[in-house]
Amino acid sequence: MEITSTLFTAKAIYVGIVFAITLGVAAYSTYFERIIAAFMQDRVGPDRAGPFGILQPLADAVKMFMKEDFIPSQSSKWLFIVAPCLSMLTALMTSAVVPFGDKLDLGGGVFLDLQGIDVNIGILWVFGIVSLGVYGILIGGWASNNKYSLLGAIRAASQNISYELAMGLSIIAILMLSGSLSTKSIVEVQQNGHWNILYQPLGFVIFIVCAFAECNRTPFDLPECETELIGGYHTEYSSMKLGFYLFSEYINMFISGAVMATLYFGGYDYPGYEFMLDKFGMNIAALLGVGALIGKALFFVFVFMWVRWTLPRFRYDQLMGLGWTGLIPLSMFNVVLTGATMLFTVNGEGSNWMTVLLSWVGVALMLVVTAFYSQTQYKKKKLATA
Amino acid sequence: MKLSNKTKVLEQGEMTFAERIYLPAIVGGMGTTLKHFFSKKVTIRYPEQKRYLGPVFRGHHILKRDEEGAERCTACGLCAVACPAEAISMVADERKKGEEKLYREEKYASVYEINMLRCIFCGLCEEACPKQAIYLQHDKMVPVFEDRSEVIFGKDKLVEKMDNRYLREGWK
Repeated sequence: MEITSTLFTAKAIYVGIVFAITLGVAAYSTYFERIIAAFMQDRVGPDRAGPFGILQPLADAVKMFMKEDFIPSQSSKWLFIVAPCLSMLTALMTSAVVPFGDKLDLGGGVFLDLQGIDVNIGILWVFGIVSLGVYGILIGGWASNNKYSLLGAIRAASQNISYELAMGLSIIAILMLSGSLSTKSIVEVQQNGHWNILYQPLGFVIFIVCAFAECNRTPFDLPECETELIGGYHTEYSSMKLGFYLFSEYINMFISGAVMATLYFGGYDYPGYEFMLDKFGMNIAALLGVGALIGKALFFVFVFMWVRWTLPRFRYDQLMGLGWTGLIPLSMFNVVLTGATMLFTVNGEGSNWMTVLLSWVGVALMLVVTAFYSQTQYKKKKLATA
Repeated sequence: MKLSNKTKVLEQGEMTFAERIYLPAIVGGMGTTLKHFFSKKVTIRYPEQKRYLGPVFRGHHILKRDEEGAERCTACGLCAVACPAEAISMVADERKKGEEKLYREEKYASVYEINMLRCIFCGLCEEACPKQAIYLQHDKMVPVFEDRSEVIFGKDKLVEKMDNRYLREGWK
């Protein structure tokens, strides 16, 4: 009984901390987005609120709250209010299965898993919740009673559904390697530097491209579009309801960064883990692991912003073409390639480096063959036109 | 007709394989933005940091004194005549005995006012002045005013302080 209550309290504190970290990171993402944008455009960026402008998120939040909370008269009021809440809720729920660290020793034989819930469907949970996130956008766009909002929402929905397929297929290769859906065991397989990125270079590229599309970030930010849609699915939104939409986007970015770190970059693994374990004990090592995971996730958030300020957006048919005719066949090839590398190494003395080598050689081979094929096609076309 | 050798013929053929898989170009572009990320910024944190505006910038007016500290202005009114915005007004007065240290000429301006809302900082007053008395400083701007009562700058704000003399580039 005693143990259960300690564990319960510890878990509650852990959940609170994860919640706070997620919100804090999301709030400061808005600030760093502007700073990074400014730096990449050779500007200084926001620096008025507080030293270096670090109070900017607070100022933005105050601004958001102070603005008029407008609800269009012909809109479906209840859904109009529910939609941004749904967006926020789903964004926050995803972090439950991300293992932020190993175990903490609380004394008295109580160990706290640094993970919200270790469910055996782990990564499927993430996918399920992310798919639910589309509802927030779709309901918001529909409830606004505005054709532009609806068009934006439809774009978001079809884009998310298209890219979920390729994303799911790229995950299958990971599942083949780890043999489990649980995020915890996916991370445990990768301990001591056996990061999945070494075995899954192609899978990672597919996953990160799909993550960009799922988060509605540039170059796939078609749901929001001033030139064609006036604003996008949130055209009619104002005040903190709009804030919720924007905020949930940043939360999604952080969480997808954390998921990418979990799936491909060893989660809370970091070089020198064993050494820290010997020298400073389990708790310090585990907390450093939490730092490592958050660092990796933040790096991905930076990559998200870096890409945003580098690339223009795709055209909508290009986006669909890339998803359906590019990424889905590629991810299927990735599954086959992973199977092949596993077959070569599974029942021999099959060293890990052999697997790594094979997976990279496979990708290179695929590139060469495709390049060669497209070259011949190109020549054929030229002959035909000449 | 070819005016320069800078013309480039744009070929819009079919994309090559490397172009069609996007990634090489994307990585290249990200390299470019990263280079800019670490490069020197072209903007500054303005009110704290200020740029040198050049030797010919026309800013806050100043009524010069000579080396002994006597006001150079003789209230001839040429600046007021030259002023296209009619921003300058003055009242002339006769120098009394014992005021030689204060005023260089026998006639001086007891009141000299510039309406800063009217002034267009064209610098014609500076050109018109025969006594080299009025200048527009190149390194000082007129401070922001928030009330109409602060708009008219009198002699208290315009006459040069002897402990903070104005020097322009090229003057000895």
